[in-house]
Amino acid sequence: MARSLSFSDEIANLLHAADPNPVQACIQCGTCSASCPVAAFMDHSPRQLIAMIRAGQRDAVLRSNTFWTCASCYQCTVRCPAGIDIAYLMYGLKRYTVWRNRYAPGLIGPDFSRRFMRMIVRTGRSWEPALAPAYLGRGGWRGMLAEMRMAAALVLRGRMPLWPRWIRRRRALREILRHIVPVGGRA
Amino acid sequence: MTAYAYYPGCSLETLGQAYHLSALEVMRALDVELREVEDWNCCGATAYFHIDEILAYTLCARNLALAERTGLDLVAPCAGCFKNLHAAAHVLQRDADLAEHINDALAADGLRTTGRVRVRHLIEVLVEDVGLDRIRARVQVPLTGLRVAPYYGCQVVRPQRTGEAAEDVHFYEDLLTAVGATPVAYADRLRCCGGSLIATQRPVALSLVHELIASASASGAHVIVTLCPLCQINLECYQGQAREAFDGPGPVPVLYVTQVVGLALGIPPRRLGIGRELVRADAIVSACRRTAPAGRAAALSGAERMR
Repeated sequence: MARSLSFSDEIANLLHAADPNPVQACIQCGTCSASCPVAAFMDHSPRQLIAMIRAGQRDAVLRSNTFWTCASCYQCTVRCPAGIDIAYLMYGLKRYTVWRNRYAPGLIGPDFSRRFMRMIVRTGRSWEPALAPAYLGRGGWRGMLAEMRMAAALVLRGRMPLWPRWIRRRRALREILRHIVPVGGRA
Repeated sequence: MTAYAYYPGCSLETLGQAYHLSALEVMRALDVELREVEDWNCCGATAYFHIDEILAYTLCARNLALAERTGLDLVAPCAGCFKNLHAAAHVLQRDADLAEHINDALAADGLRTTGRVRVRHLIEVLVEDVGLDRIRARVQVPLTGLRVAPYYGCQVVRPQRTGEAAEDVHFYEDLLTAVGATPVAYADRLRCCGGSLIATQRPVALSLVHELIASASASGAHVIVTLCPLCQINLECYQGQAREAFDGPGPVPVLYVTQVVGLALGIPPRRLGIGRELVRADAIVSACRRTAPAGRAAALSGAERMR
């Protein structure tokens, strides 16, 4: 008889493609949380989040800012005594929430990543000035002023080219990506 | 002359141009040729991997395919690009189904990769291939008296190394010692700079930047050296904002490893892209160039007072 997949199994499957052990291997030692340089800014530490996943607290996990606060420094991954690739788990949870369009309100991360992806599909390369303006207002007028001052200084030092460099074979790159996700339409 | 396929990455065309210039200069001075990969594309950074893993690996695979045509090892100066390309090569070799799927897509542009191209970070090439003895022999201006904080950051080391091997690294200190500088010991050499959180969660990133600068500064470092353009941008360009937010220590210049090694090899600072900093490094650079090693310690402590 078919049984529905538990949330904990579903999340374990996010790790399926990678080498490491599933979240069920966690011994709750807290090495990840102690090693994490941004744990203080997370609403749940990595250890807590894994416990919540195993307890099937789906909504609380998806609402958590924990994985969007992860900077992918891999300190947890290389120290985990149970061999869980925790940073990869955080990536998996980011993708899971983007896919379901369900994440903590007020986060810039998901929107930033989407914009970034669209820029790469269009031009093949990243160019910072295309991304920055969308978030200029976030720091209030003082933040905006600081940001503009820095941009001006970088332009003066010759560190900010005012024109992006695109790859030559942009159409071919889009064609390649369309073969991965066959969305139809012309390349 | 040894040659490598060279993947500069997007940041080295913009904010990190000095890394590109100094990498080319230093490698040329050490008889290494860097041949830029033809029409390379973005490695996906972290952001693309937040949306879709297979698409992100496909971006990496296109670069691997372009590099593989040359038959050379692929070298990346950016820690993030290095980690992504390295991971993609590993995944393509391990997962035959995924490799076939991605190669089917690459075939749309006549490309193919086995994932067997060897992906290296620039510092690996310096330390392992060129070798410290050869670098030592080429030093024209030993950086005696220069106290340098080697900042490993994350992805040159992790996740490729695990356990003790991820903690007990010293190749960076060895390289700096080989050019006559004094690497300082400080707690945060392997700690994260905040990465792309500087764009998405500014206060979090600024707090990490502050802690790093404070840690390096307390160890008496004249300069912090980085292996990654994003680390350089966070630690240098956002140093002022971090200082304001956390009442941090005075300015500490942040240079690329290739700029510091280049100075020791006698390459003129301008050709190393020095002079483009927001936190000026001039005092450090002139103390290193014009002063004989004996008088340099005094000049450097003067430089320290200036900042």
